[in-house]
Amino acid sequence: MTTRSLLVGPFNRVEGDLEIRLEVADGHVTAAYANSPMFRGFEVMMLGKDPMDALTITPRICGICSISQSAAASAALGDLAGRAQLPQGALATAIMHGIENLCDHLTHFNLFFCADFARPAYAGRSWHERAVARFTAMEGSAARACVAARAEILHIVGLLGGKWPHTLAIQPGGVTRAPTLRDRIRMGSTLASFRRYLETTLFGTSVEAFAEVSTAEALIGWDKGDAGLFMEIAADLGLGGMGFGPGRYLSFGAYPLPEDRAFAQGVWQDGALSPVDTGAIREDLSHAWMHGDTAHPSKGETHPDEDMQAPAYSWCKAPRLGGQSMETGAFARQVVDGHPAALDLAAHGSNVRARVAGRLLEIARTQILLERWVSALTPEARFIEDVPLPAHGSGKGLVEAARGALGHWISVENGRISGYQIIAPTTWNFSPRDAAGLPGPVEAALVGAEVGDAEDTPLSVQHIVRSFDPCMVCTVH
Amino acid sequence: MNILWLQSAGCGGCTMSLLNAESPGVFDLLDNAGLRFLWHPALSQETGGEVRRILNDLETGRVPLDILCVEGSILTGPKGTGRFQMLSGTGRSMLDWVQSLAPRAAHVVAVGTCATYGGVTSAGGNPAGAIGVQYDGRNPGGALPESFRSGSGLPVINVAGCPTHPDWVTETLMLIAAGEMRADALDALQRPLFYAENLVHHACPKNEFYEYKASAEKPGQMGCMMEHLGCVGTQAVGDCNIRGWNGGSSCTRAGYACINCTAPEFEEPSHPFSETPKFAGIPVGLPSDMPKAWFMALASLSKAATPKRLSDNAVADRIKVTPTLRVKQK
Repeated sequence: MTTRSLLVGPFNRVEGDLEIRLEVADGHVTAAYANSPMFRGFEVMMLGKDPMDALTITPRICGICSISQSAAASAALGDLAGRAQLPQGALATAIMHGIENLCDHLTHFNLFFCADFARPAYAGRSWHERAVARFTAMEGSAARACVAARAEILHIVGLLGGKWPHTLAIQPGGVTRAPTLRDRIRMGSTLASFRRYLETTLFGTSVEAFAEVSTAEALIGWDKGDAGLFMEIAADLGLGGMGFGPGRYLSFGAYPLPEDRAFAQGVWQDGALSPVDTGAIREDLSHAWMHGDTAHPSKGETHPDEDMQAPAYSWCKAPRLGGQSMETGAFARQVVDGHPAALDLAAHGSNVRARVAGRLLEIARTQILLERWVSALTPEARFIEDVPLPAHGSGKGLVEAARGALGHWISVENGRISGYQIIAPTTWNFSPRDAAGLPGPVEAALVGAEVGDAEDTPLSVQHIVRSFDPCMVCTVH
Repeated sequence: MNILWLQSAGCGGCTMSLLNAESPGVFDLLDNAGLRFLWHPALSQETGGEVRRILNDLETGRVPLDILCVEGSILTGPKGTGRFQMLSGTGRSMLDWVQSLAPRAAHVVAVGTCATYGGVTSAGGNPAGAIGVQYDGRNPGGALPESFRSGSGLPVINVAGCPTHPDWVTETLMLIAAGEMRADALDALQRPLFYAENLVHHACPKNEFYEYKASAEKPGQMGCMMEHLGCVGTQAVGDCNIRGWNGGSSCTRAGYACINCTAPEFEEPSHPFSETPKFAGIPVGLPSDMPKAWFMALASLSKAATPKRLSDNAVADRIKVTPTLRVKQK
C-alpha cells in the first residue's frame, strides 16, 4: 500500500481561505481535515457595542452573503424586541435577499464551479471544447454573460438598498427606503430581462419548465442550456457518485414573510421531515483553536487559542444538532421544502451533482418568487416602523443564506451587547471533527475521492469541495 | 500589465463589488487597458500547487510583478506572528507574503478600507491585530513601513471604501496602466483624488433638506440624516452620490446614513453608527471646511426659514408635499 499526505491550498474559487489536508492510500483519500485558516473575531468585536451596530458590522463579515448576515442580525434584533418587520418591509427584505442568493448561485455555477471543466486535464472528453468555450475562467462566454446579468439584476438591490454588498437598509422594523410605483415598474422590467437571460443561457427553455421537473431522472437528464451541459459532464465524470454528504439536511427556512417562510424550515433525515430544535444545537470546540467548553450559541463564547495547540487544526467551531453533523445549502433547502425532484435525488444521498442541481432548481424557483414579490409591493404602504430595543434580553435570527442555515444569537445587558454568536452555513458544512471524532460533512464527503499519482491538487477533491460552495469568511467570522 | 490579487483578512466584498462594474463590465475594462490577472483567488482557474508555483515565480523574480492588489486587512496576531491568517498550503502568514511580494511589485494597490487602514476587521478592540498595508488606522506605517515605495516610486495606493465602488478600483488600475498614476493624484491619506476630492454630500438627494436643516428623526424618513441619524456625508470623501452605486443609488439615496467608510477608523465612531452624537443638543462634528460660528448662525437662520414642504416631507417616508407650481390660476 502506498500512502502519502497532501496539503491542498491556496484553495481558490471558494469565498475566503481554505486549506484541506488529505491522507491518501492507493490512490484514494482515506481521511480529510478541513482547516479554516483565518480568524478575525467578529463575535468578540460585538461585545459592549450598541445592539443596533450589529446592522453595520455583521454584514461586513462577508462580501458575498452580506444581505444574509444583515437579515440575520435584523431578525435577531427583532426577536430581542419581540417584533417582526412590517409586512411590506419584510417583502422588500425578501426581494433583496432573494437577489443576493440568486446571484450567489449563478456566481458559483459560472465562475467558481464549472471553470474546472475547462481544464486541460479534461481535453479529449466529448464535452470539453464546449466547456472551454462557455466556462473558461474570466473568458468563457457563460462566465462573461453571468457577470453582466448579475451586475444588472443587482440594480434592484441598488433601488431598495442603496448598494451591494453592505447595505444598511434592512432594519428590525422594515426597510429604510419606501419604493415608489416607478421603482416597482422598473424592478419588474429588470426581472423580465433577467428571466430572458436565464431562459436563453442556463435553462434553454422557460424557467417554469425547469422549476417544475418532478423526478430525479428528468433533472439529471436535463439536456438544454448550460444546465444541460453540466448534466452531460456530471454523467460522464460520475459526479453523482462523488462527495456523499451525511444524509441529514438542515434548513432554517428562507424568506420569513408574514404568511410563512417561502422555503420551509426543517430537518430531513431518513426520509422524514421534523422541526428544527435550535435548543439542541451545540458548538464543539475540541478540534478548533478555541478555549472553552461545548455550548449552545446563546451561551457560547469566543476565546481563540493563541498558541494554536493540537489536536485542534482549524479556527472553525464544530456545530452539531443533537450531536450530529448536518448538511446545509440549496440542495438541503429544496429537500426540506419538499421539491419532488430534490426528494427523489435525496433518496440516493447528496453528492456533487445533487448539490449543483439543487442550486439550479433554486435559481428557477427564486426567479418566479421574485417576480411575484415585486408585483406585490404596495407603494402606498408603510415599509418601516421604529422598533425600540429593550435594555436587557436575548434574541435569535434564523435565515437561509445561499449556502444554507445562518443563525445569529444576541444577548443584551444594560443596552449593550453582552453576547453575540454566529453559526454560518459553512460552519456546519466545513466543521472540523468533534469530541466524538465525528468529522464534518466535507471531511466525510472527501473520503474515497480518487487521487492520481501525479496530482498534488486532486481534481476530484476540487469538485467535491466546491460542490458545497463554501464561504470561508462566514465560517469563522 | 499583470496583476496579482491577494485576499487577506477581509470579507471579499471588494471583489464582489468589482464584478458589478458596468459599461463596460470588469473583464472588458481590464482587457481594454491591457491588464490581466496573473492570479485572482475568486476568479482564476489555478488552485493549490499551481498557485504556489506562481507565487514562487514572483518571489524569486522569474516573473516580474506589475501590480500587487491586496484586499483585506493584514493580521498581525496572535502575538505578532500573523498566524491568524496563514496563506493556505504555504505554511506562511499573509503578513509574511505581503511583506515579501510588495517590494517586487511596480505598484501596490490596497483595495478597500480593511487593506488601506485596517477597517472593520480592526473594530471592537481589534481581536486579530488587523492593520492596513501601509497604515494602522490613521497612523502611517502598517504591514509596510511609511517609507515604503513600490518599483514605480509611489507609496501604496489606498483605494478606500467599504466596499470599494467598482469604478474606483478599475479606474485606478486603468490610470496605472496608462502611466497616469502619480503621487500628486493621491490625497494626504494616499487615496486617489479622482473620487476622494468629492464629499458624499455632493449630489446627495437630501441636499435641500440639509440646506434648511429639515431633519429625519427616525429611520425611513426623507429628511437630512445629519442632525439625528448619524450621517457624516458632509465630512466623508467619496463621489458616491455623483457616480451612483448599482445602477445609480447610494447609502443616503436608500435612506440610511453615510458612515464615512472611506476613512481610517470609521469602524469605531465612538457612538452608535446610526445616532448623531450631540453636545448640548448640537450635533458634534461639522461639515468639512465650515467655520463653527458660521455653521451655527446659518443653521439657526435656515431652520427658521424652513418651508412647510420640507418640514413635512422630512419626517415622511415619501414625498407628501410637492413643489408649488407657478401657474396662472384659471
